[in-house]
Amino acid sequence: MSFRLKGDSLLKSTVAAAALAVVAMVIALGYEIYSGSGLSISRFGFSFLPGTVWDPVHEIFGALPFLYGTILTSILALLFGLPISLGVAIFLSEKAKGQKTFKYVIGTLVELLAAVPSVIYGLWGLFFLSPLLRQYVENPLHAYLGFVPLFSGTPFGLDFFTAGVILATMIIPTVSAVSRDILNAVPNSQREAMYSLGATNWEVIRRTVLPYARSGIFGATILGLGRAVGETMAVTMVIGNTPRITASLFSGGYTLSAVIANEFTEASSPLYLSALVEIGLVLFIVALTINVFARFLVWRLTRGTRMRV
Amino acid sequence: MTQGLGSGSIPSGRRYLDLLMTALVGVAVLLALIPLVLIVADVIIQGAPAINLSFLTNSPTPVNIPGGGIGPAIEGTSVMVGIATLISVPIGVGAGIFFSEWPESRLSTISSFTNDVLAEFPSIVIGIFVYVLIVLATHSFSAIAGAIALSVIMVPIVARTTEESLKIVPNTLREASMALGISRWKTVIRIVISTGKNGLATGILLAVARAAGETAPLLLTALGSTFFLTGLFQPTAALPLLIYTYATSPYQVWHEQAWGAALILVAFMLVLNLTVKLVIGRKFSEMRAEI
Amino acid sequence: MEIGTQKEADFEVSEVETELPPRPTTATATKLETRGLKANFGANQILKGVDLRIPEKSITAIMGPSGCGKTTFIRCLNRLHELTPGATVQGEVLLDGSNIFSPRVDPVSIRRKIGMVFQKPNPFPTMSVYDNVAAGLKLSGVKDRKLLDETVERSLRLAFLWDEVKNELKKSGAALSGGQQQRLCIARALAVEPEVVLMDEPASALDPTATAKIEEAMARLKRNYTIVIVTHNMQQAARVADQTAFFYLGELVEFGPTAELFENPKEELTERYITGKFG
Repeated sequence: MSFRLKGDSLLKSTVAAAALAVVAMVIALGYEIYSGSGLSISRFGFSFLPGTVWDPVHEIFGALPFLYGTILTSILALLFGLPISLGVAIFLSEKAKGQKTFKYVIGTLVELLAAVPSVIYGLWGLFFLSPLLRQYVENPLHAYLGFVPLFSGTPFGLDFFTAGVILATMIIPTVSAVSRDILNAVPNSQREAMYSLGATNWEVIRRTVLPYARSGIFGATILGLGRAVGETMAVTMVIGNTPRITASLFSGGYTLSAVIANEFTEASSPLYLSALVEIGLVLFIVALTINVFARFLVWRLTRGTRMRV
Repeated sequence: MTQGLGSGSIPSGRRYLDLLMTALVGVAVLLALIPLVLIVADVIIQGAPAINLSFLTNSPTPVNIPGGGIGPAIEGTSVMVGIATLISVPIGVGAGIFFSEWPESRLSTISSFTNDVLAEFPSIVIGIFVYVLIVLATHSFSAIAGAIALSVIMVPIVARTTEESLKIVPNTLREASMALGISRWKTVIRIVISTGKNGLATGILLAVARAAGETAPLLLTALGSTFFLTGLFQPTAALPLLIYTYATSPYQVWHEQAWGAALILVAFMLVLNLTVKLVIGRKFSEMRAEI
Repeated sequence: MEIGTQKEADFEVSEVETELPPRPTTATATKLETRGLKANFGANQILKGVDLRIPEKSITAIMGPSGCGKTTFIRCLNRLHELTPGATVQGEVLLDGSNIFSPRVDPVSIRRKIGMVFQKPNPFPTMSVYDNVAAGLKLSGVKDRKLLDETVERSLRLAFLWDEVKNELKKSGAALSGGQQQRLCIARALAVEPEVVLMDEPASALDPTATAKIEEAMARLKRNYTIVIVTHNMQQAARVADQTAFFYLGELVEFGPTAELFENPKEELTERYITGKFG
């Protein structure tokens, strides 16, 4: 072979090897997680997921409290974070039309939120947000609306509620950035048609832009959900780390990722360890399903355009 | 039909609703930005008092002995991120080149898909993986294990941004080069990559930033330490690990040090991210939100 | 698709080729008047001061080569131009004698009185045919089902679309053919009972049959509405417009009854355009 062809095939093989390495990594990852859970799966089988007891001493393990915590905090994250993200997206896409620099600055600042490491959110949550929420939000809510199951239970500050708020803050950059792109993609002719009927700016947004963009925004939401589910450090530092299934938002709780972070290195027996690995497997499957779904939704909307999420 | 303009206005209800919604949107933006402002302010206010040269260079001391520092943590993070970069950049850039220049290949499609899957793995799960693979096998927590965990996190980021940066390079450039008789491999390396090098650099910087801030996988691999490195096969300190350990401890002294360490970490993050945004350019920083 | 066979009691459909008899150009009231109308995009001046009187209840065509400002002109008339960032307007536009740019006037109310149909049909895809037409009414808070039904039917009839969609009102607005979509947009614009209807090359994206239907609708509509249409098609202007204005590089060059403008242009520029020397 000539030097040229040799060079070509050498390059191709090299980079192909890198690509292969990626595949190998994922396969190895999946395999290790699955095999690591083997012991636990064989012991508990299908009762692992609905199992409510997590007792390392007696070696009884069940994933439900953690699944509950993960789902609850993620829903709270969406509840608090979605309206704000949508507001930011609407602001960046539909309002302040002329002021490009101003919007650029705002957009950058929101993006910088994503640059803050999870452990820093946890630090801030632990020392600043948690006491603040307990004093100004949880205590009053408990005092006046304590009869509602959601607000029952003495507020401790390190609970589902605070975890939900922190997670909401952490998903805002993602959800708002994607939503903004989705809103920008709504053709201007749609807006003009609504304006021409004599509509105010809000009416144009509500009746034309948002309906047009609704499946994309739904996709952005699901994407945010995927991020929330996988978060570990910020959550474990503010959630109290006690496995509990309760309606009270002010109760301490636990999530799939938090229990792994806390107890993995302390796991004193092979079964304990294997149960934790199985928790990891559950977490992985939940995160993967959500993300595949989100990706699919956004792909459907942006077919052909090169919008990566 | 009405003649003339008459009342040149619309019912005030609609007008008020429009104003109200504009105000609410503004409130949303404020609510989104307040945490950022508060966090940065808090980190600076609480962390600055702790910063001095000995803080940055000393090893941690027992709680009741003053003069402890975060030296080993800074060293540990630098070493592990450095090694992780050395591992992940060749793999990530290589894969990215492959996705971009040979997209028709079956391997390319499969690998690109698995790359996306890899990017979605919660980082704690990656920690489990490396624990099982390496820590168990070597019977030790180690810097190497930590570095490998970080590199698994970095690879998808680098691969994705590499692929996107190279795909932006117009095809006409490739065709012109090959038409001149320049071989494919030279075309890719000399022309495509140098045109896309900004994007590549961005991707690597963003991946480094991400790795430097990761805590969860290190909990299970590097474990943490109070000593400077004496080798790559022992438990190692890291900045985020230290922050976590100190913050969740009951000691006020350690809380203060956690804020100090946080200041260092946040400063590093912001500088890196702002560099990417301002110096390398707007288009590539949009990838930031997607990572 | 055959040429529509709808018959209004006092209006017969004829083939496309027949010219509509020109309207006598006696002095009719002015519906819209522009005085010194200037329009910019940032530093770019598009309209350089246009004075034009548009008579009511007739069809006025705005013509000219690309870039002459004709689209910008009508977008000033319903205050759409100023919505683009960096766009500015100066001068006056008088609707029945009152300036629409007066600070006391809410642009939203102007846009209800001066409606617009766009070059490319833009029905709301998330709404049904019915909801598309009713969209403007619902803005004003109209909830009375009977009133909505009646208005929807009336508007669709005026747009010569009723017979084709009356059994498919729930269908998505975007599921219609191009020509139907455009008539849907006309119906949608008519439903709010504007006084003026602006049309920006409404048929340029459509095939001849669909175009014919649009022109039919226009001829019917001018009895009750003032219509201003931008077109680059001289035959179309000759077919439908009572008077035509010729724009060039942001200025009004000539304005007069269509037949006169085409047969006896007073300005040399107009003549060059008509004889195809540019445009």
